[in-house]
Formats: sequence, structure tokens, C-alpha cells
Amino acid sequence: MNAAIEAESLVKTYPGDVRALDGVSFGVPAGTIFGLLGPNGAGKSTTVKILTTLARADSGVARVAGHDVVREPVAVRRAIGVVGQKNAVDREATGRENLLLQGRLFGLRGAELRRRVDDLLERFSLADAADRFVKGWSGGMQRRLDVALGLVTRPQVLFLDEPTTGLDPEVRVAMWDEISALAREEGLTILLTTHYLEEADQLASQLAIVDRGRIVAEGSPEQLKAELRGDAINVELDADGVGGGALQDVLARVDGVREIVLEGRVLRARADQGARAVPAVLAALESEGVPVAAVTVARASLDDVYLRYTGRSFGEADEGSAPESPELTTAGGR
Amino acid sequence: MPAVLQHSFFMTQRHLRALLRQPAWIVVTLVQPVMWLLLFGALFKSIVNLPGFSSDNYADFLTPGIVVMTALFSAGWAGMGILQDYERGILDRFLTTPSSRVALLAGPLVQQSIVTVVQSLIIIGLGLAVAGASFPGGVPGALVTIIAAILLGMAIGALSNALALVVRKEETVIATVTSLTLPLSFLSGTFMDLNLAPAWIADVAKFNPLQWAVVAGREALTQADPDWGVVFSRLGLLALLLVGCFAVATRAFRAYQRAA
Repeated sequence: MNAAIEAESLVKTYPGDVRALDGVSFGVPAGTIFGLLGPNGAGKSTTVKILTTLARADSGVARVAGHDVVREPVAVRRAIGVVGQKNAVDREATGRENLLLQGRLFGLRGAELRRRVDDLLERFSLADAADRFVKGWSGGMQRRLDVALGLVTRPQVLFLDEPTTGLDPEVRVAMWDEISALAREEGLTILLTTHYLEEADQLASQLAIVDRGRIVAEGSPEQLKAELRGDAINVELDADGVGGGALQDVLARVDGVREIVLEGRVLRARADQGARAVPAVLAALESEGVPVAAVTVARASLDDVYLRYTGRSFGEADEGSAPESPELTTAGGR
Repeated sequence: MPAVLQHSFFMTQRHLRALLRQPAWIVVTLVQPVMWLLLFGALFKSIVNLPGFSSDNYADFLTPGIVVMTALFSAGWAGMGILQDYERGILDRFLTTPSSRVALLAGPLVQQSIVTVVQSLIIIGLGLAVAGASFPGGVPGALVTIIAAILLGMAIGALSNALALVVRKEETVIATVTSLTLPLSFLSGTFMDLNLAPAWIADVAKFNPLQWAVVAGREALTQADPDWGVVFSRLGLLALLLVGCFAVATRAFRAYQRAA
């Protein structure tokens, strides 16, 4: 199969010895949606910047649509559409003007350009607002325009850098439908970065989990989840300061329960048949006099995959992370 | 037409359109120069009576200086425009298209030059109609003054863009621009005949691009029979400066890519 994106051992260090990428390699077959999943600061955006010719890697090689990003940047730019994290729309212009300018930069002219712009406005339900200034549009509309801008020239490869960050839940789901439809109908290769596990699970056929500048796991969402046999049992304890080691020993004696981790007040474990193991788990905890606030049993999720490969749960990693790249610290984050 | 010209045209169009949608801005940017020309000019009217002052009408003397100084002041802020595009992600969006990098710089600078033409005509007109100036240099003199203002404005504008691309902080651009433009003005013959200024200021002014533009404009506009050697040598220096500043600004894109 043809690789639309190939990255080999990408390394990027920012001033102050911040190692944003520490040898990232992956490949994306043409026509698929590939998800880069990780918390803020993991190196997702840096990877996208290198692949879209915005930044240069210290070492390593990357090819997009068959072109080397360093030696043939213009050929790469002709082949890609990029939708960044921010709504990179010109607010002082109308939606149509935004799209027309973007098309012209790719060499589209005249009737062909006008038709393409009309199609995109229609497809993203922006036709009614097309000739109004973008500054008066809602956030969701601006985001849709941003995606439309990335599609003006029918790119071979579309980069979506956190396409739904900051959107309302309903708008987010609508955007997912739109992205899936695009990939299906236009045969696009899409590289998607996200820190929503759900989003990666929903959209991507292949996933790479990025943590601290490295890829720690790769595969389809199903493969990754299948590696975690059985169900996840989460027990929320009613008191702090419970001796972790002792508790883990207690649970380890319960039949079929394994991978026991205590994080704060939450005790996580895995079992082949979660529902069946719960009574035994509760009994074991009760015999030790540990009060339990809540118990949940869940099928394996990407959150569990993340926990398994990085040793941290996803929310926790997201909070304590370093900024993705230096300018974000000065611009006040996102 | 080569891509760089086409793209520059599209970018100029974008910036010009944004400007035309807030025409009040042109008026706002004229407030300061009008103060200098009409109030400062009136206040220091008698300065021409100083023995050795090379003009006998301060409005004649001052107007070309205010034209080029206005161009310098607005050009200093050019970097703020590119910073705004950077902060909104628009700059990165353009950088991932096949757009010419030169066009990304040239677009706003050409727009700014068009503004400079309008502002210069208004200031020259006010000089004639309100301040009581007369310009024996006529239309060619006005043309030279405007060309000098454009060359200076584009050079400083390119430099301001380069600074913005490298530091990527509004505060730094504001601090740099405000701390440079006034000293540049006072270290030139914009307000005062340098024959009557301390020798060290006259010496420093020789290397001040604002002074080159002032000399070219004043010579062409206020002399019935200008010394064209003086005029063209200063315009030549300004053109060289522009080429140099533009080269710096295109290099700044590379620095931006390295740090991105």
C-alpha cells in the first residue's frame, strides 16, 4: 500500500533544551485516517508542524504525498490541506473572500475557483452567511470555514490539528460526521491529532499514542484495546491515606484480578469477567476494613490503553504537561 | 505573470480591503502629522529668523519632513499586522500554502505605500492651503517627496515585520518602535536646520535614513532649481536600504521556521 505520510526518527529540540520530539516514526497508508493521540505537550503539534513544512526537524526524514518536506517543501504544500488548532480565518473578510484567497494561492482561478468555493460553502452549511464578515459568525461556523479552507484545492493529505478543541459537544459530533464523510467520499488521507480519546476512537483507523515526544503504542483502536484483556474495574475509595501496597496485595489474592494500580483514591484493576469479579473484590476490601464509595466496570477504553503504556491516566497527564512549543507559553496557551 | 507578483497582488488586495472597511483609520493616522504641521509649525514659526536658517518660511521647511516622518511612524507598526496574523494562525495557514513568502511581506507593504501616497498628498495639501507653504518644486518635487516617503516606509516596514517574526511579542515590537521613531526624528533635520544644530547631531543625521528622505524631499519640493545630484543620491541610499531590509525580512521567515 502507498504511504501518504512517512516519518522517520523525527527529533526536534526547542531553545532551552526542551525536547519536543525524541525520535518519532510512523507511516500512514493513503486513504486512511490516522490519529495522533496524546496530552498537551506530547509532541503532536510539533509533528504536524514538521510534516506541513512550518517547522524543521533537527534530524530525521519525513515525506508527505511522496515529497520530502525539507527538500521539496513547495510540492508538499501543493498536496496538503492544513487545519490548525486556532480558527485561522480572516475575521475582517467575508467567508467567501477567505475561500477565494486561499484558492488563488493554490493557483485556482475564474469559474473553476468560484464553483469550488460555492460547493464548499454549501457542503459546510455556510452558504447563507457566505457574504457576511466572519467576525460576526459563531465559533462553530468559523471552525467549519477553517476546515473548508483546508479543502479548497482537494488536497491529497489533510492535517487536522485538534479539529474539535473548544467546540460544544453537539458541534463536535457534527464535525466528526463531516470528517468521516470527507474521508469516505474524497478518498482523503487524514492525519488527526487529538487529546480526546473518544475522538480518536471514533475517527481513526490507525492510532499512535504519543507521550513526551515518543510514540509509545501504535495500532488500530481495536488492536490497542484488545491488548488489554477483559474489563476495567474502577473502585473509588471513601478515604484517603489507604496503604497502597497492602491494598494491592489484598486484591492480588482475588482470582482473575490483575494489573492493580492505586491512583489517589481510585483503585484500578483488570479482570476477564469484570462483573463476576466485583463481589470478590468488594469482599476482599471489606475484610480489610476499607470503605468503598463507588465501583464501576467498563469495557477496555483507549484511556486504559493510555494508562497501560504511559503509567499515567490521561486526565492526569494532560494537567501536568509541559507546553507543546515555546510560543504557547507566551501567547497564553490555547 | 510570475507567481510572486500575483500573490503579492492578492495579499495587497486583502490588506487594502480591510483598510477600506475602516476608512476612519486613515483619518486617525493623520491626527499626529497634522498636529506637527499646523500646531508645532505655528509655534516655531519664527525659528526661520535665526541667522543662518536656510529657509524663510517654516511651513515650506517643515512640510516635506512631516510627510516622510509620517511614513516612518506608520511603517514602524507594520509588524503588528503580521503579529496579529500570527496569533490568529493565519500566518501559519498561508505558510502551508504554495504562496510566495515574498508576497506575504510585500502585500502589507504595498498597501501601506498606497496609504502613504494618500497621506502625503493630504499633508502637502494642508501645507499649501492651511500652513501657508509654497513649493517651487511643483509636481516633480511632490513626486520625489512621496517616493522618498514610500522607500523609507517600505524599508522600515520590512524591518518591523522581521522584528515581529523573530520576537513574536507585541510588547517587544511596541517598545522597540516607540523607543526608536522619536529619536530618529530628533536626530534629523526634520524640524530644524542642521547647520544650526550641534555638530554631533548633524554627524549622526548623515547615517539616519529619515534624514536621507528629508533631504531628498525638501530639496526637490522647496527649490525652484533642485540639485538633482543631492536628490538622487539620497533616493539611491533609500533604495539600497529597502533591498537590505527586505532581505533581512525574508531571512526572518527562515528563523521563524527554525523556531516554530
